[in-house]
Amino acid sequence: MNLEGYTLQLILKEIENGNLSPEDVNEFYHRRSADLNRVLNAYITLLDPEKSRPEGDLKGIAIAIKDNISTKGVRTTCASKMLENYIPPYDATAVSSLKKHGGSLLGKTNMDEFAMGSSGENSAFGPTRNPLNREYVTGGSSSGSAAAVAADMAPIALGSDTGGSVRAPASFTGIIGFKPSYGAVSRYGLIAYANSLEVIGILGKSVQDVSLLFKMIAGKDPMDSTSVNVELMEKNISKPRILVIKSFVELSADEVKKEFYSSIGKLESAGFEINYADKFSLTDYMLSAYYTIACAEASTNLSRYDGIRYGPKVESAGNWRDYISRARSFFGPEVKARIMMGTFILSAGYYETYYLRALQLRKIIKQEFEKIISGYDAVYVPTMPVLPWRIGNAIEDPKIAYAADVLTVLPNLTGSPAISLPVGKVREFFVGGQFIGLKDEDMKVLKVAEMAENVLQVKKSGRN
Amino acid sequence: MEEIKVGLEVHVQLVTLRTKLFCSCSSDYRGKPPNVNICPVCTGLPGSMPALNRKAVEEALKVVLMLNAQPYETSYFFRKTYFYPDLPKNFQITQYDKAGGYPLAHDGSLKLSNGKTVRIERIHLEEDPGRIYYEGSRATARYSLIDYNRSGIALIEIVTAPDMSSPEEARDFVERLTTILSDVGINVKDYEGALRVDVNVSYAGGERVEVKNVTGAASVEKAIVYEAFRQKTMYEKGIKVVRETRAWDEKRRITIASRGKEFEAEYRYMPEPDLPPVTVTESLIQKVKDEIGGSQEERYRELISDGINEELAKKISSDKDLFNVYEKIKFYEPSLKQLAANVLANEISYLIKRYSIKNLPEDVSGLAEILQNYKMIPDHESAVAYLKKWMDGERVKVSLKTVSAEDLHDDIMQTISENYDKIKNLEYSKKFEFLMGILIKKFGKENKKVLVEELTKVLNKTK
Repeated sequence: MNLEGYTLQLILKEIENGNLSPEDVNEFYHRRSADLNRVLNAYITLLDPEKSRPEGDLKGIAIAIKDNISTKGVRTTCASKMLENYIPPYDATAVSSLKKHGGSLLGKTNMDEFAMGSSGENSAFGPTRNPLNREYVTGGSSSGSAAAVAADMAPIALGSDTGGSVRAPASFTGIIGFKPSYGAVSRYGLIAYANSLEVIGILGKSVQDVSLLFKMIAGKDPMDSTSVNVELMEKNISKPRILVIKSFVELSADEVKKEFYSSIGKLESAGFEINYADKFSLTDYMLSAYYTIACAEASTNLSRYDGIRYGPKVESAGNWRDYISRARSFFGPEVKARIMMGTFILSAGYYETYYLRALQLRKIIKQEFEKIISGYDAVYVPTMPVLPWRIGNAIEDPKIAYAADVLTVLPNLTGSPAISLPVGKVREFFVGGQFIGLKDEDMKVLKVAEMAENVLQVKKSGRN
Repeated sequence: MEEIKVGLEVHVQLVTLRTKLFCSCSSDYRGKPPNVNICPVCTGLPGSMPALNRKAVEEALKVVLMLNAQPYETSYFFRKTYFYPDLPKNFQITQYDKAGGYPLAHDGSLKLSNGKTVRIERIHLEEDPGRIYYEGSRATARYSLIDYNRSGIALIEIVTAPDMSSPEEARDFVERLTTILSDVGINVKDYEGALRVDVNVSYAGGERVEVKNVTGAASVEKAIVYEAFRQKTMYEKGIKVVRETRAWDEKRRITIASRGKEFEAEYRYMPEPDLPPVTVTESLIQKVKDEIGGSQEERYRELISDGINEELAKKISSDKDLFNVYEKIKFYEPSLKQLAANVLANEISYLIKRYSIKNLPEDVSGLAEILQNYKMIPDHESAVAYLKKWMDGERVKVSLKTVSAEDLHDDIMQTISENYDKIKNLEYSKKFEFLMGILIKKFGKENKKVLVEELTKVLNKTK
């Protein structure tokens, strides 16, 4: 039995028809994962298939979960030495929702440490490798979830998106990555990096797959005061009205630009209404606002890792300062850098200069975005301005990775839903395009993306 | 002595709450084994998120209103970052009045016994940290143990202006505050460590020194006496007092330097992104106002105007529960109010203490029955037993003293002789009716049967 290219929906249909059993399906993914993980490093923890078959829509199918989402009794490392042996005593709300729908756990996927990174290289467990070319990065930070889905090591996966962490790796591995509206999915149990920006997202092989899983995990949760109920009714759109922001496209490399514009042509001839805005006036400030807010929040979120409750044992000799610097040496360099930036940003005298200004900028960016999108169903721009780079390149020059976030951070600043899908192909890689909608209009962007997916048919190999 | 200035930061646990500030763990931690009332939220496990206990806002608002403070329509929670082993997230969720934040309330006041008004700058909500436990003493323990049962308990912090100018005034402030808190049911005296004070003292316009974690009004006074003396001595020797944080050593009655110089900057305050702002609406304020009723002073004045003497009025007004029962009885049967006041201040107060009774029954009909028949209850001991029964929430049916025929004979003869002039010319049935009226009043309806029998016998004999 070979389930390569199978979507989740196809699997569920085949089980319904009696052509597949959930045990066979889980066995396939487990065996393939055990096999490929040696080269791709997509999983940090791969679980044995569960014997009992839960009832429900998912029929016991095992799903890959990013390793910053808490799973009861299963270690959750955030790809950090600091949480190498941390076993949560509780399930994240999203995980318990999946279990209620009959889902089970396939394994915990590799990622950039504490979700900080855009390449999948900043992991204490080694970089995740791109199934399309193993010398190249998968994108991050949900690197393992993307690699697992792309390489048929999982039917579908959960990730998290703080500044593009679901969409970037989806784009680099040629799959679908959906970042729901802020608060649409409970964050309870998602180990915080930047609370006010992030949300649990879904990586899958088709828009319908991610839409199916989204409806299972969406909804207000009393444990997460920032969660909301978004409309989950299917939207009917006959002629999507799309806005392309030219200045965003122009930030991209030539090969990305070429493929992206050609996708616009295809959509237009299929009946999409395409409109253009020359620029988004606050483009230059998006990355600064994003990194300022993210680092500030991260610095306080991560202050609990002091060697007392988490992390390898630290010798307690010397004074408190010696101790704390030894304890916190278990963080990787990227995490340390962001903690230091965040600590600086929140220091007295700088708080107003940086943090408060960034919050004000976010507000203005949101207003500007709401203005620009009014009258349209979605904004359409490339997901990543570049193609995947060779493993190791960005480590030499971190600015490469930071700049790569320029097109993905906008929906995190505005709380918007955004979905990335393959819209073009360059050599072995894909070019990702993303549809961005108004906050809480998740079903609209999902519908537009599904229509675009049908028009573009970039991945013909997949069986639908 | 040069002038000293004292300002207080009073931390009060909202002991009326059953659960913690940001999770549903039980707030009943005293005397419990370590780490039993804990969950991912109050132990700060990765991925856990706080969710505000709305009831805590209501309880805090009661104190806000009693201290004449102004609630902000919108207030915010902040993260206050500092490393300490009893703080599981290494930041405390609290409210802040700078950096674009607003606390729960501002600008209140409290009047001292000497008539002086102490300004209250702000009142805010925050979470209590856990507790560190040292086997033996802190100096000799080989390791420190952490108990998170207290972690996440709801606190309010009341911050005063430096308006007190003597140790006695500070003590008086804490005592008056304790009474006000008990007026809204927050009986901090019943819970060890439920009221903790950070004392700020400066001498002769010098730098202020903060003495942390002083428990109770008497210790507040002692700590200030010592600290003022210490600063005075330095001042006279020409040594500059530095701004610092000191700890109060209750045993040795001195303050000890505990941390180095501390600046606000180190706390790196930022808004708590996991909690939406706290909104306080007019209707919520009205609801809280309705719940708290009046102050002790108002209660005292009402009792006095009812004609209750000062001693009883003082006792009843000091306990809101007693006063509520008094009010209900007064409403039920106004003529019982004097007796009710007596019984509440004496027998019932005694029973509350004796059996550590926490709450008095809502339904006072049982008590009213006891009071109505109070004089007929054979002895004081049974009266107390009836009262206890009512306080335990049991049904009370007062069975009165039953009189025997022999007992009655003399009383009947006496009644006849006292009224001989009035009845001598009446015919039998009128005579019988008249005498029965007097006897029933005296012995109660319960004894009607035996009265009829005895009176018939007596009248037939004398006919």
